[in-house]
Amino acid sequence: MQLTNRELWTLIHGMGLGALFLLAFGGGLAGFYSLRPEWLTTAGIRERIARLDVGTVVMAVVAWLTVITGTWIVYPWYRAAPPEGTTELEAYPRSYLLANENLADWHHFGMEWKEHIAWIAPYLATAVAFGAVYYGRRLAYEPAVRRLLMWVFIAAFAVAGIAGLFGALITKAAPIL
Amino acid sequence: MDVNAERADIAVTEREIVTSGEVPTAVPDGPLAAVLLAAGIGAFALGLFTTLAEASAAFRERLVLNSAVGPLSGKTVWATVIFLVAWAVLAARLRDRDGLLRSATTIFVVLTVLGLLGTFPIFFQAFAPE
Repeated sequence: MQLTNRELWTLIHGMGLGALFLLAFGGGLAGFYSLRPEWLTTAGIRERIARLDVGTVVMAVVAWLTVITGTWIVYPWYRAAPPEGTTELEAYPRSYLLANENLADWHHFGMEWKEHIAWIAPYLATAVAFGAVYYGRRLAYEPAVRRLLMWVFIAAFAVAGIAGLFGALITKAAPIL
Repeated sequence: MDVNAERADIAVTEREIVTSGEVPTAVPDGPLAAVLLAAGIGAFALGLFTTLAEASAAFRERLVLNSAVGPLSGKTVWATVIFLVAWAVLAARLRDRDGLLRSATTIFVVLTVLGLLGTFPIFFQAFAPE
Protein backbone atom coordinates (compact mmCIF):
# COMPACT_ATOMS: atom_id res chain seq x y z
CA MET A 1 0.00 0.00 0.00
CA GLN A 2 2.16 2.80 -1.34
CA LEU A 3 1.66 5.97 -3.30
CA THR A 4 4.04 6.99 -6.03
CA ASN A 5 5.23 10.59 -6.22
CA ARG A 6 2.83 11.18 -9.12
CA GLU A 7 -0.12 9.64 -7.28
CA LEU A 8 0.68 11.74 -4.22
CA TRP A 9 0.67 14.99 -6.23
CA THR A 10 -2.51 13.96 -8.03
CA LEU A 11 -4.06 13.35 -4.62
CA ILE A 12 -2.88 16.72 -3.26
CA HIS A 13 -4.13 18.52 -6.40
CA GLY A 14 -7.49 16.79 -6.63
CA MET A 15 -8.54 15.64 -3.20
CA GLY A 16 -6.49 17.63 -0.69
CA LEU A 17 -6.96 21.04 -2.23
CA GLY A 18 -10.38 20.02 -3.59
CA ALA A 19 -11.65 19.19 -0.10
CA LEU A 20 -10.29 22.47 1.29
CA PHE A 21 -11.92 24.34 -1.57
CA LEU A 22 -15.29 22.75 -0.80
CA LEU A 23 -14.98 23.55 2.91
CA ALA A 24 -14.02 27.15 2.24
CA PHE A 25 -16.88 27.51 -0.24
CA GLY A 26 -19.40 26.14 2.25
CA GLY A 27 -18.24 28.50 4.98
CA GLY A 28 -18.09 31.49 2.65
CA LEU A 29 -21.50 30.88 1.10
CA ALA A 30 -23.17 30.50 4.51
CA GLY A 31 -21.41 33.69 5.57
CA PHE A 32 -22.64 35.67 2.57
CA TYR A 33 -26.19 34.37 2.82
CA SER A 34 -26.62 35.05 6.50
CA LEU A 35 -24.89 38.43 6.63
CA ARG A 36 -28.01 40.52 7.22
CA PRO A 37 -28.20 43.14 9.98
CA GLU A 38 -31.83 42.23 10.72
CA TRP A 39 -30.74 38.68 11.62
CA LEU A 40 -27.64 39.53 13.63
CA THR A 41 -26.38 41.40 16.64
CA THR A 42 -23.33 43.66 16.41
CA ALA A 43 -21.20 40.87 17.87
CA GLY A 44 -22.80 38.45 15.40
CA ILE A 45 -21.82 40.63 12.44
CA ARG A 46 -18.20 40.81 13.66
CA GLU A 47 -18.09 37.03 14.03
CA ARG A 48 -19.66 36.44 10.59
CA ILE A 49 -17.30 38.87 8.90
CA ALA A 50 -14.25 37.14 10.38
CA ARG A 51 -15.54 33.78 9.13
CA LEU A 52 -16.43 35.24 5.74
CA ASP A 53 -12.95 36.72 5.33
CA VAL A 54 -11.34 33.39 6.19
CA GLY A 55 -13.67 31.46 3.88
CA THR A 56 -13.21 33.71 0.85
CA VAL A 57 -9.44 34.22 1.29
CA VAL A 58 -8.84 30.49 1.81
CA MET A 59 -10.94 29.69 -1.25
CA ALA A 60 -8.95 32.15 -3.37
CA VAL A 61 -5.58 30.83 -2.14
CA VAL A 62 -6.68 27.23 -2.65
CA ALA A 63 -7.97 28.04 -6.15
CA TRP A 64 -4.54 29.45 -7.08
CA LEU A 65 -2.69 26.49 -5.54
CA THR A 66 -4.96 24.03 -7.33
CA VAL A 67 -4.44 25.50 -10.81
CA ILE A 68 -0.69 26.00 -10.26
CA THR A 69 -0.10 22.41 -9.06
CA GLY A 70 -2.44 21.10 -11.74
CA THR A 71 -0.80 22.94 -14.62
CA TRP A 72 2.84 22.87 -13.60
CA ILE A 73 3.16 19.55 -11.75
CA VAL A 74 0.40 17.11 -12.77
CA TYR A 75 -0.39 18.21 -16.34
CA PRO A 76 3.13 17.52 -17.74
CA TRP A 77 2.74 13.88 -16.63
CA TYR A 78 -0.63 13.75 -18.38
CA ARG A 79 0.62 15.11 -21.72
CA ALA A 80 4.07 13.45 -21.77
CA ALA A 81 4.72 11.87 -25.16
CA PRO A 82 5.66 8.17 -25.16
CA PRO A 83 9.03 7.16 -26.62
CA GLU A 84 8.92 6.14 -30.26
CA GLY A 85 7.58 2.63 -30.78
CA THR A 86 5.90 2.36 -27.36
CA THR A 87 2.77 0.25 -27.54
CA GLU A 88 1.96 0.13 -23.83
CA LEU A 89 0.46 3.59 -23.36
CA GLU A 90 -1.05 3.32 -19.87
CA ALA A 91 1.77 5.46 -18.43
CA TYR A 92 0.98 8.24 -20.96
CA PRO A 93 -2.64 9.25 -20.26
CA ARG A 94 -3.09 11.71 -23.13
CA SER A 95 -1.68 9.31 -25.71
CA TYR A 96 -3.64 6.44 -24.19
CA LEU A 97 -6.93 8.34 -24.50
CA LEU A 98 -6.22 9.50 -28.06
CA ALA A 99 -5.26 5.99 -29.14
CA ASN A 100 -8.68 4.68 -28.12
CA GLU A 101 -11.56 5.87 -30.27
CA ASN A 102 -14.03 5.33 -27.42
CA LEU A 103 -11.93 7.40 -25.00
CA ALA A 104 -10.59 10.16 -27.24
CA ASP A 105 -13.35 12.63 -26.31
CA TRP A 106 -12.16 12.55 -22.72
CA HIS A 107 -9.15 14.44 -24.06
CA HIS A 108 -10.70 16.40 -26.95
CA PHE A 109 -13.59 17.72 -24.85
CA GLY A 110 -12.99 16.90 -21.17
CA MET A 111 -9.31 17.73 -20.74
CA GLU A 112 -9.36 20.61 -23.23
CA TRP A 113 -12.21 22.21 -21.26
CA LYS A 114 -10.85 21.44 -17.81
CA GLU A 115 -7.30 22.70 -18.37
CA HIS A 116 -8.55 26.09 -19.58
CA ILE A 117 -11.73 26.85 -17.61
CA ALA A 118 -10.06 26.02 -14.28
CA TRP A 119 -7.90 29.16 -14.54
CA ILE A 120 -10.95 31.43 -14.46
CA ALA A 121 -11.81 30.26 -10.91
CA PRO A 122 -8.86 31.99 -9.13
CA TYR A 123 -9.57 35.30 -10.88
CA LEU A 124 -13.18 35.23 -9.67
CA ALA A 125 -12.31 33.94 -6.20
CA THR A 126 -9.66 36.65 -5.79
CA ALA A 127 -12.17 39.35 -6.70
CA VAL A 128 -14.61 37.98 -4.09
CA ALA A 129 -11.96 37.71 -1.36
CA PHE A 130 -10.80 41.25 -2.03
CA GLY A 131 -14.40 42.53 -1.93
CA ALA A 132 -15.17 40.76 1.35
CA VAL A 133 -12.02 42.06 3.06
CA TYR A 134 -12.35 45.56 1.57
CA TYR A 135 -15.97 46.08 2.67
CA GLY A 136 -15.53 44.30 6.02
CA ARG A 137 -18.45 44.94 8.43
CA ARG A 138 -19.91 47.44 5.97
CA LEU A 139 -20.88 44.49 3.76
CA ALA A 140 -23.77 43.71 6.10
CA TYR A 141 -25.31 47.08 5.20
CA GLU A 142 -24.69 46.81 1.43
CA PRO A 143 -27.14 44.12 0.29
CA ALA A 144 -26.49 44.70 -3.43
CA VAL A 145 -22.71 44.28 -2.98
CA ARG A 146 -23.25 41.23 -0.77
CA ARG A 147 -25.49 39.60 -3.39
CA LEU A 148 -23.03 40.44 -6.19
CA LEU A 149 -20.11 38.92 -4.29
CA MET A 150 -22.18 35.86 -3.42
CA TRP A 151 -23.03 35.21 -7.08
CA VAL A 152 -19.43 35.70 -8.23
CA PHE A 153 -18.42 33.33 -5.41
CA ILE A 154 -20.92 30.73 -6.70
CA ALA A 155 -19.65 31.26 -10.27
CA ALA A 156 -16.05 30.64 -9.10
CA PHE A 157 -17.19 27.44 -7.44
CA ALA A 158 -19.17 26.31 -10.52
CA VAL A 159 -16.18 26.89 -12.81
CA ALA A 160 -13.88 25.00 -10.46
CA GLY A 161 -16.55 22.29 -10.13
CA ILE A 162 -16.56 21.67 -13.90
CA ALA A 163 -12.77 21.35 -13.87
CA GLY A 164 -12.84 19.11 -10.80
CA LEU A 165 -15.54 16.83 -12.20
CA PHE A 166 -13.71 16.32 -15.49
CA GLY A 167 -10.46 15.83 -13.60
CA ALA A 168 -12.00 13.00 -11.59
CA LEU A 169 -13.61 11.38 -14.65
CA ILE A 170 -10.45 11.62 -16.77
CA THR A 171 -8.38 10.18 -13.93
CA LYS A 172 -10.80 7.24 -13.84
CA ALA A 173 -10.44 6.68 -17.60
CA ALA A 174 -6.66 7.22 -17.68
CA PRO A 175 -4.98 7.57 -14.30
CA ILE A 176 -1.58 9.19 -13.93
CA LEU A 177 0.65 6.30 -12.84
CA MET B 1 -41.63 26.57 33.08
CA ASP B 2 -38.77 28.14 35.04
CA VAL B 3 -36.30 26.97 32.41
CA ASN B 4 -38.28 28.62 29.61
CA ALA B 5 -38.43 31.94 31.47
CA GLU B 6 -34.66 31.81 31.98
CA ARG B 7 -34.05 31.25 28.27
CA ALA B 8 -36.28 34.19 27.39
CA ASP B 9 -34.25 36.41 29.72
CA ILE B 10 -30.98 35.33 28.15
CA ALA B 11 -32.30 36.02 24.67
CA VAL B 12 -33.33 39.54 25.62
CA THR B 13 -30.14 40.47 27.44
CA GLU B 14 -27.81 39.16 24.69
CA ARG B 15 -29.58 40.97 21.91
CA GLU B 16 -27.80 44.20 21.05
CA ILE B 17 -29.52 46.73 18.92
CA VAL B 18 -27.33 48.02 16.11
CA THR B 19 -27.33 51.78 16.49
CA SER B 20 -26.43 54.15 13.69
CA GLY B 21 -23.14 54.99 15.44
CA GLU B 22 -22.00 51.37 15.09
CA VAL B 23 -22.75 51.12 11.38
CA PRO B 24 -19.42 51.35 9.51
CA THR B 25 -19.14 54.30 7.15
CA ALA B 26 -19.68 53.69 3.44
CA VAL B 27 -16.62 53.06 1.28
CA PRO B 28 -16.20 53.95 -2.41
CA ASP B 29 -16.97 51.06 -4.76
CA GLY B 30 -14.11 51.89 -7.15
CA PRO B 31 -11.66 49.31 -5.69
CA LEU B 32 -14.24 46.52 -6.02
CA ALA B 33 -15.10 47.66 -9.55
CA ALA B 34 -11.37 47.53 -10.37
CA VAL B 35 -10.87 43.93 -9.24
CA LEU B 36 -14.09 42.76 -10.95
CA LEU B 37 -13.05 44.40 -14.22
CA ALA B 38 -9.57 42.87 -13.89
CA ALA B 39 -11.08 39.40 -13.32
CA GLY B 40 -13.25 39.84 -16.42
CA ILE B 41 -10.25 41.03 -18.46
CA GLY B 42 -8.17 38.05 -17.25
CA ALA B 43 -10.94 35.59 -18.16
CA PHE B 44 -11.40 37.23 -21.57
CA ALA B 45 -7.64 37.14 -22.24
CA LEU B 46 -7.56 33.43 -21.41
CA GLY B 47 -10.43 32.73 -23.80
CA LEU B 48 -8.83 34.85 -26.52
CA PHE B 49 -5.43 33.13 -26.19
CA THR B 50 -7.09 29.70 -26.21
CA THR B 51 -9.02 30.45 -29.40
CA LEU B 52 -6.08 32.16 -31.16
CA ALA B 53 -3.79 29.25 -30.24
CA GLU B 54 -6.22 26.87 -31.90
CA ALA B 55 -6.48 29.02 -35.04
CA SER B 56 -2.76 29.66 -35.52
CA ALA B 57 0.06 27.14 -35.09
CA ALA B 58 2.60 29.98 -35.05
CA PHE B 59 0.79 31.72 -32.18
CA ARG B 60 0.48 28.39 -30.35
CA GLU B 61 4.24 27.89 -30.61
CA ARG B 62 4.89 31.36 -29.20
CA LEU B 63 2.83 30.46 -26.14
CA VAL B 64 5.13 27.59 -25.18
CA LEU B 65 7.01 28.97 -22.19
CA ASN B 66 7.73 25.49 -20.85
CA SER B 67 8.05 22.46 -23.14
CA ALA B 68 6.56 20.03 -20.61
CA VAL B 69 3.42 22.14 -20.12
CA GLY B 70 3.17 23.25 -23.77
CA PRO B 71 1.03 26.18 -24.97
CA LEU B 72 -1.05 26.07 -21.78
CA SER B 73 1.96 27.58 -19.99
CA GLY B 74 1.81 30.77 -22.06
CA LYS B 75 -1.97 31.03 -22.12
CA THR B 76 -2.24 30.88 -18.33
CA VAL B 77 0.88 32.89 -17.47
CA TRP B 78 0.02 35.74 -19.85
CA ALA B 79 -3.67 35.77 -18.87
CA THR B 80 -2.63 35.96 -15.21
CA VAL B 81 -0.13 38.74 -15.91
CA ILE B 82 -2.89 40.64 -17.74
CA PHE B 83 -5.25 40.10 -14.77
CA LEU B 84 -2.68 41.40 -12.26
CA VAL B 85 -1.56 44.38 -14.37
CA ALA B 86 -5.19 45.32 -15.11
CA TRP B 87 -5.99 45.11 -11.40
CA ALA B 88 -3.01 47.30 -10.44
CA VAL B 89 -3.77 49.93 -13.10
CA LEU B 90 -7.53 50.01 -12.49
CA ALA B 91 -7.10 50.01 -8.69
CA ALA B 92 -4.86 53.08 -8.94
CA ARG B 93 -7.27 54.90 -11.26
CA LEU B 94 -10.53 53.98 -9.53
CA ARG B 95 -9.35 54.02 -5.90
CA ASP B 96 -11.48 56.97 -4.79
CA ARG B 97 -14.26 56.72 -7.37
CA ASP B 98 -17.79 55.71 -6.40
CA GLY B 99 -20.98 54.68 -8.19
CA LEU B 100 -19.17 52.44 -10.70
CA LEU B 101 -20.37 49.05 -9.55
CA ARG B 102 -23.40 48.66 -11.83
CA SER B 103 -21.51 49.40 -15.06
CA ALA B 104 -18.42 47.50 -13.88
CA THR B 105 -20.58 44.45 -13.11
CA THR B 106 -22.12 44.53 -16.60
CA ILE B 107 -18.68 44.71 -18.26
CA PHE B 108 -17.35 42.02 -15.91
CA VAL B 109 -20.22 39.64 -16.80
CA VAL B 110 -19.82 40.23 -20.56
CA LEU B 111 -16.03 39.70 -20.45
CA THR B 112 -16.31 36.61 -18.25
CA VAL B 113 -18.97 35.03 -20.47
CA LEU B 114 -16.76 35.70 -23.52
CA GLY B 115 -13.84 34.17 -21.62
CA LEU B 116 -15.91 31.09 -20.80
CA LEU B 117 -16.96 30.85 -24.45
CA GLY B 118 -13.35 31.14 -25.62
CA THR B 119 -12.28 28.29 -23.35
CA PHE B 120 -15.17 26.01 -24.41
CA PRO B 121 -13.74 23.28 -26.69
CA ILE B 122 -16.62 23.13 -29.16
CA PHE B 123 -16.21 26.88 -29.72
CA PHE B 124 -12.42 27.20 -29.97
CA GLN B 125 -11.95 23.95 -31.90
CA ALA B 126 -14.21 25.41 -34.60
CA PHE B 127 -11.30 27.80 -35.39
CA ALA B 128 -8.81 24.98 -36.02
CA PRO B 129 -7.49 24.95 -39.62
CA GLU B 130 -9.06 22.22 -41.80
